[in-house]
Order: sequence, then C-alpha cells, then structure tokens
Amino acid sequence: MNMPSNRSPESVRNSQPPTPAAIAPAAVSGRQTMYWAIRRELWENRAIYVAPVAAAGIFLFGFLISTFHLALQIRLASALDPMQLTELIEKPYTLAAFLLMLTTLIVAIFYCLDALHGERRDRSILFWKSLPVSDLTTVLSKASIPLVVLPVITVAITIATQWIMFLMSTAALLASGLSPATLWAHLPLSQMWVMVTFHLLALHGLSYAPAYCWLLLVSGWARRAAFVWALLPPLAIGVVEKVAFNTSYIVSLLQSDFGSGPERAPFTISDTMMIHPLTAADVSSFLFSPGLWIGMFVVAAFLAAAVRLRRYQGPI
Amino acid sequence: MPCIEARGLRKAYGTNIALDGVNLRLEEGRILGLIGPNGAGKTTALNAILGITQYQGELRVLGRDPWRERDLLMRDVCFISDVAVLPRWIKVSQAIDYVAGVHPRFDRAKAEGFLARTTIHRTSKVRELSKGMVAQLHLALVMAIDARLLVLDEPALGLDILYRKQFYDSLLNDYFDRSRTIIVTTHQVEEIQNILTDVMFMDRGRIVFECSMEELESRYMELSVHPEHAAAARSLKPMYEHQAIGRTIFLFDHVDRQQLIPLGEVRTPGIADLFVAVIGNQAGTAQGATR
Repeated sequence: MNMPSNRSPESVRNSQPPTPAAIAPAAVSGRQTMYWAIRRELWENRAIYVAPVAAAGIFLFGFLISTFHLALQIRLASALDPMQLTELIEKPYTLAAFLLMLTTLIVAIFYCLDALHGERRDRSILFWKSLPVSDLTTVLSKASIPLVVLPVITVAITIATQWIMFLMSTAALLASGLSPATLWAHLPLSQMWVMVTFHLLALHGLSYAPAYCWLLLVSGWARRAAFVWALLPPLAIGVVEKVAFNTSYIVSLLQSDFGSGPERAPFTISDTMMIHPLTAADVSSFLFSPGLWIGMFVVAAFLAAAVRLRRYQGPI
Repeated sequence: MPCIEARGLRKAYGTNIALDGVNLRLEEGRILGLIGPNGAGKTTALNAILGITQYQGELRVLGRDPWRERDLLMRDVCFISDVAVLPRWIKVSQAIDYVAGVHPRFDRAKAEGFLARTTIHRTSKVRELSKGMVAQLHLALVMAIDARLLVLDEPALGLDILYRKQFYDSLLNDYFDRSRTIIVTTHQVEEIQNILTDVMFMDRGRIVFECSMEELESRYMELSVHPEHAAAARSLKPMYEHQAIGRTIFLFDHVDRQQLIPLGEVRTPGIADLFVAVIGNQAGTAQGATR
C-alpha cells in the first residue's frame, strides 16, 4: 500500500526555508485584524461608498443645469433683504447635505439587516470562522460601518459636493460677467461643514446607534425576513402599550431615536439646520443628555447579544 | 500532548442525538479518515473540534477548549468544511489579502505559488470560478497556512474525479510533513485509502471502529474463493461475506493467513468493504469488530 511513510517528508521540509511567519510571534495585532475586517465589509458592500458618490453625482448634475439661470436669480434676488438672500443661496447646499444623509441612512439600514444574515445564508460563515478572527472583532467591525465609517464617508462626500457646487456657481457667475461676491458673502460654508460633521457623527453615529445595533442583532438572529423581524417586536410592544395603558411612550421613544423628537430640534434634518450656528451649548447638551447614555448602554447590550449569537449560529 | 483528546463527547439536536459519548484520541502527525453513513455524526464531531458547535463532555484540541477559544485555536487549525463556503463576491486577490492580513501563519508566496499552477486569475471573483477552481483556491489558501491540524469535511464533494485526485495528491505531496495532523471525511473512501494512517468509523453518534492502517493490513484479510471452497471458508468464521460474479468474498478478522491461502486469493480489504462489514454487523451481532 502506498503509505505516506514511503514518501520523504524530509525532502518536503528541506525544500522550504522557514517562513518569516514561523519565526515571528504567531499573532496579528487586534488593530490589524480590525482593519482587515472593516476592509472586508467595504469589499462586500460597495454601496457604502458607491451610493453616496452616486447620489452626489446626480445632485451635481442637476445643480449644473440650475447654474445656467443662476445669474438671473442673483440679479432678481438683490431686491431681497440679506436674511432671505442667505436662505435662497443656502437652499441647494442644504438640500445636497440632506440628500446625502438620506442616502446614508438607507444604505446603513440595509447594510445592518444583511450584515450577520448574508454570511449565514451563503454559508461563508464557515470560511470566516476558519480564520483567527473572533466573533467580537467581527461584530464590532460590522457595527463600525453604520456608526463610524458611513458618517465619516458621508461628511467627506458632502464637503466635497458642496465645494464643487460652490466652484460651479462661482464659475457660472463669472462667466455671465457678475461678481461672485454676493454668493461668497451669503454662504457660510465652513459653518455648514462644522454643522454637517457634527450632525452626521453625533446624530447618525451616536443617536441612531441603538437602532442600527438592533438591526444587526436581528440580522444575526433571524433565519429569514430579517426586515420583518426588525419591525415587528417594537410595533407589537407599542400596540400592547397602547391597548393596555393607553400611552405611547415606546412609540415616542422610537421616534426620538430616529431624530424627529422635539428635544433634538437643533440637530434634526430640516431646511433651517444650516442657519443656526453650532454652539458649545448644543454640543454639551447633546453629550450630557441622559438619552444618549441610555442609548450607549442599549448599544452595548445589543452588541454583546450579537457577539454571543454569532458564536452559536452556523449556516442556515 | 495529543492533537485531539475527547472524552464523553455528546451533542443532541432536540431529540436527535448526533454525538453519543464519543471518546477520541489522535496523536500529532496522523492522517485520520473519519468514515460513516449520512447522519452518523461526523460533521457534528468535526464542528465540535473546530469550535463551531457547542457540546457536552470534555474536548481539548491542541490543548485548547475549542468552544471558548475558537479564534486562538484557528491560528493552528485550518478547515475546509465544504467546497462552497468561499464567499461568492470575493475576488481571488482579496481572499489572499484578507487571509494574509488576519492570519499570522499565512505564507502569501506559497499561496501564490499554488495558484500559479492553476488557471485561476487573480482578478476573478469566486462566483466566476468553476466548482473545481473554487476548491483549488480554498486548498491553496489553506495549504499556505502553517497549521498543525487540518480538518477536511467532504472537501472534494461534487468535484469530478480529476480534481479529486489532484486535490488529495497536492495535499499529500505539498502539505503533509508528518508534524501536521489531518482529519478527512468523505464518502469516496477508496480515493483516500492510500493516504491515511488511521481510520475510524462512526455510526449513530458513536465511534464503532478505529484502527491504524498498519494494523488494518496485518489484521484484516479479504478472501475471494470459488463456490466449492465457500463452505470451508465459512467454517473459519468470517466477519462478513458477499457474492461477486462466480465467487464469494469473505472478510476475516484475526485469522492465520496460511489457513486462507489454500482456499483462494487473499488480499488486504478495501476500507469500503470493511466499512460495510462493520456497519452491517453493528445492526446484527454487533460489536464483533469493535475493539
């Protein structure tokens, strides 16, 4: 019988010099593992950056057409008082930011619903689990997409888009022989960028975090129709609460989680958001609000549950 | 330290018992074939060893508790649990980059060397590769990892015979070096018979037979006789018999070779025949061939 002992394992061994990996300590730093885990997510879900770039592209195309009659608008608007003029000039910039945020929100929701479900559905979880990456690293890398990566990407794309818009309208005004001074004077770009950055990082990153982590948890748990499972329990609790106690705390809680509660007026998505300059008081009232910290506690609980689930779950 | 040590391993899915008190000890440097019918508990046993399934009982793999320390264990253990588990969206180059990024014992040059022998393009996505190419890619990734234990659960399932042969050949020639341990399960037993050092049969959640290949060769004999010698052969108490064209085949356990030679042709039995004999006997007299 052709036993392996008949072959010469020594020749196999001698033909290969010891690899650097064999000499180096056999560990990869946690930071490096996390880096690759996040890159993996970006490879799989290119919508994370393609969707906002596409939305920006479409918006810029529309804006380009609008610049053709920009000169006329500015001429007509010179009759308006400065406050109205500012609003008029700012409007498309606010709209661009809003559109990008909406895109991000949609991408984040769909990403979360698929994050821990897709790998079980296509059985690739068996491949990922064959590598020395812990369930904690995996879940944190997936959570970091809606909480950190998407907001940062969106901030960058929003700033780039608004900068391009600014250059386009300046060019259009110069081409029609007008001075861009009015435009420049009424467009607080840097202030808008601070606002957008804060809005995306604080609101999308932190305030929505419990909702995103809930979706992640459901995607790790549901065998199918993760979307329905994500919606049903909060809805059911709301209905029970309404019928049993005739109150609606849960509904208002969930509403505030998605940013339409009155208590967060300065940070809500609205046309006027760019007009109010961001003050230190806004930031501190946000950072020290009990709601935020309760939210962070909920986030930790959801993520811990998701990590535990991933350990138990196999392909479906 | 044994590579794998299990005592009283149990696992039930509801009322269905997948592992029913498995005791197992595997030393380093062996190639074990784990053979069993569908639903015998092979995959469950392997999943427990790999830390993918929770279990009751005691289990140490390379000195670690696989369920609690899967991520640490995976630095020294590799597995291919199915041909189709590579994510379909990943590019070949991305798969290499990722494993190189997260695995401390991955040798990129080695993986690229293996891939260079295939027709796989670095820019292809897994979904664009044929089933055989995906298996080649997975094997290239795994063989480039300097692991101490490699677990293959039906690694060549659904591949054609050429790919299967190539798969096991490269495993033996390019990977195995006596310090590594390999566990293979497959239904195509004959194909791996000549690469194994040990064989183990599982049935209904239990290990019903285990033996090294050396022992198998010295202990078990297959005798092929013409009908006129059948009665004489039967009197030597074969563990199993079956009919072939114009001949009767008997399987003997611990019978003097010299007694058999006059009766007909004596050979080492194939694992498949031994498997049928052992599992067949389990249903009837039971335990006959079990140590």
